[in-house]
Amino acid sequence: MLDYARRNNLAQIVMGRSTRARLRWWGRQSFSRRLSAQAPDIDLIAVAREEDRARRETSVEVEPREHGKRAARLFGYLYAALTCTAITLFATPLRHYFDLANIVMLFLLGVVFIAYRFGRGPSALAAVLSVASFDFFFVSPRFTFAVSDVQYLVTFAVMLIVGLVTGHLTAGLRYQARVAGYREERARNLSEMAKSLSSALVETQVVEISDKFVESSFRAKAAILLPDLSDRLEMPPAHGAMPAYDLAVAQWCYDKNEPAGAGTDTLPANPQLYLPLKAPMRVRGVLVVEPSNARPLMIMIPEQRRLLDTFAALVAIALERIHFVSVAQDTLIKMESERLRNTLLAALSHDLRTPLTALVGLAETLSLELAAAQSDHADKARVIREQALRTSKLVSNLLEMARLQSGEVKLRKDWQSIEEIVGSALQALDPALTERPLKLDVPANLPLVRCDALLIERVLVNLLENATKYTPPGTTIGVTATRADEVLRVEVWDEGPGLSPGRERVIFEKFARGQKESIIPGTGLGLAICEAIIAAHEGKIWAEHRTPHGARFIFTLPLDEQPVVEPEARP
Amino acid sequence: MNPGEGRIETHSAVLIVEDEKEIRRFVRHALEAEGFRVCEADTLQRGLIEAGTRKPDLVILDLGLPDGDGADFIREVRAWSTMPIVVLSARVEEHDKVEALDAGADDYLSKPFGVAELLARVRASLRRSVRAGEEQGPLVRFGDVVVDLANRQVSKGDQGVHLTQIEFRLLAVLLSHPGKVLTHRQLLRDVWGPAYVERSHYLRIYMGHLRQKLEDDPARPKQLITETGIGYRFVPA
Repeated sequence: MLDYARRNNLAQIVMGRSTRARLRWWGRQSFSRRLSAQAPDIDLIAVAREEDRARRETSVEVEPREHGKRAARLFGYLYAALTCTAITLFATPLRHYFDLANIVMLFLLGVVFIAYRFGRGPSALAAVLSVASFDFFFVSPRFTFAVSDVQYLVTFAVMLIVGLVTGHLTAGLRYQARVAGYREERARNLSEMAKSLSSALVETQVVEISDKFVESSFRAKAAILLPDLSDRLEMPPAHGAMPAYDLAVAQWCYDKNEPAGAGTDTLPANPQLYLPLKAPMRVRGVLVVEPSNARPLMIMIPEQRRLLDTFAALVAIALERIHFVSVAQDTLIKMESERLRNTLLAALSHDLRTPLTALVGLAETLSLELAAAQSDHADKARVIREQALRTSKLVSNLLEMARLQSGEVKLRKDWQSIEEIVGSALQALDPALTERPLKLDVPANLPLVRCDALLIERVLVNLLENATKYTPPGTTIGVTATRADEVLRVEVWDEGPGLSPGRERVIFEKFARGQKESIIPGTGLGLAICEAIIAAHEGKIWAEHRTPHGARFIFTLPLDEQPVVEPEARP
Repeated sequence: MNPGEGRIETHSAVLIVEDEKEIRRFVRHALEAEGFRVCEADTLQRGLIEAGTRKPDLVILDLGLPDGDGADFIREVRAWSTMPIVVLSARVEEHDKVEALDAGADDYLSKPFGVAELLARVRASLRRSVRAGEEQGPLVRFGDVVVDLANRQVSKGDQGVHLTQIEFRLLAVLLSHPGKVLTHRQLLRDVWGPAYVERSHYLRIYMGHLRQKLEDDPARPKQLITETGIGYRFVPA
């Protein structure tokens, strides 16, 4: 028993103490004393009969199979008595032909038979009865327990001891064989279940398999409770062999990731056992097991509990596998739709851009030729070209917005100098800016910033373009870049009429225009694109009124730790 | 432009590899108006055959051809020829252009492009290829800057300008490819070495230094031009 306790890493042994049989009680007492002497590290708790049932029942661990078989056992004792009687009757006529020693053998054979058939108790009775009948019926003087020859006392003693020991060994052997049989059956069940779980593809299959397994291995009813998206356990659809479970207890078990109910530290009075389905990543649900009334203790035997735990782990892994299969499928669908969107955008962009490129090119060729021929139509051709260019720009804006809106803009972040980006933005706008006084305040010693240069250039181009569009010709426009703590602050300002009060936020919305239905060309996408780009860079963009007059648009970009630059070796 | 150069260009043959008929037509029209001989191909396969048999002086290649990767085409042509290649691509597809330039393309045009732009790029590329064989003079002038490549002397106006070794090397690489866009990768490899091709921040810092020392208005450079997302270009003026 101590070996068992050590093997199972038990810290406490709870022992039942029956006041019913004094002799046994005394035996247990001394047994518990012996235990405590041999294993001072293990707590022994002796529980008297009067205490609550559940606690007491946990103490019956050692030979559970004999429990609830009182009738069968009585039958065994009866058989022991009958066997002894039969042997006596059978041997009586033979005593003239055989030595008494051989008669003893017959009795021992009976004891072995009883031990094999009915176990330890009946075999002990058989041993005692055999000695008694041998003495009474065979040893002279017969029909009395008195013994004339003292040497028979040795025979009795040996007979008794051999009977008891053989009985004990045989019974033990039989018990072991039976246990081995059970184990084998359970192992087979477990492997069968693991096999069927591994081929399960949906959760309901897992639930079915586990119900079947718990039913066949533990003769118990089982239910698996699965959480919904908000981590609340859901009631499974009711079916016939459903244990009556308490959803609150199950939820507790799920949240705390600890078993509850019968045989555990939490709510042991509960007839059901709640086991969390622990998978490597997280708890996947709760297994509720309700033992059938005939065998309430089945699930409380450590070996059975271990089996149940193994089973719970298998179910949890199966559930997790199913979960990840569905996650993978979702990802696949998402990737597929993403790919589809990108293909669509690319195709659209190609299909729109190609004719526009041809249109712009041909219109330009036409206008050049017409101009060379001094035709009046040269101007018309030039207008066609300009309109085609505008359409192309609009298409680019729409496509870019769609790309940014899809939320999956791939930023090509790199170390950039804002001075350089401002420079290339100004270069891109060159013809539009020529007649504007421009004030640049972009110090060369500003830190480098990690950003997508093309997109930030786009922001600057849009802001500068707005400044030229919405201010009268000749108005001063400026770009100022400064470092403010952990951000780079870039400001595009003008000395124009400024923003209408209260419109500082609205203008960033899609299709919002500075002046409704104005003659100024544009789509109202420019600032929305700026905002999307800056948001993707984890920066901020806003508009302000500029004193004394004019507007300013400010955006910030986070500054990271500057990259290492090895100093140049002096020649 | 001197008359000799003009003659070289106008007799040049140009191959257009482009699947869109209308774009081909407009490019052909624009080039023929300037006296170029033009041939066309509508697929990459066809283009490779045309390039091999006709040996044009310049190739205009659309990167969006359906039957293959433009960069592969360039690498294949580069295996046997140094003929200039100008690529056409949409504005947003910067990485395609970089890949094409790294593979050996000479220049690029973003769609939609104008006739003037197209002709300027074609002429500049042809000029560079004609000059490639010639010795570059030790003196390079742009703006009011004079660079003496032989003696490593740089002056702006009548003031001497001190450049560090790396600054000078960077300038020399840019000057040796006038008008050509050089990708970040190419510049980093040529100036700092192959181990530095991913460290573009070096380039930002040293280009900043060069502009501070050589440009009249460093924030609005006229000669050391940024090609955003691609690289840098030295524009002689």
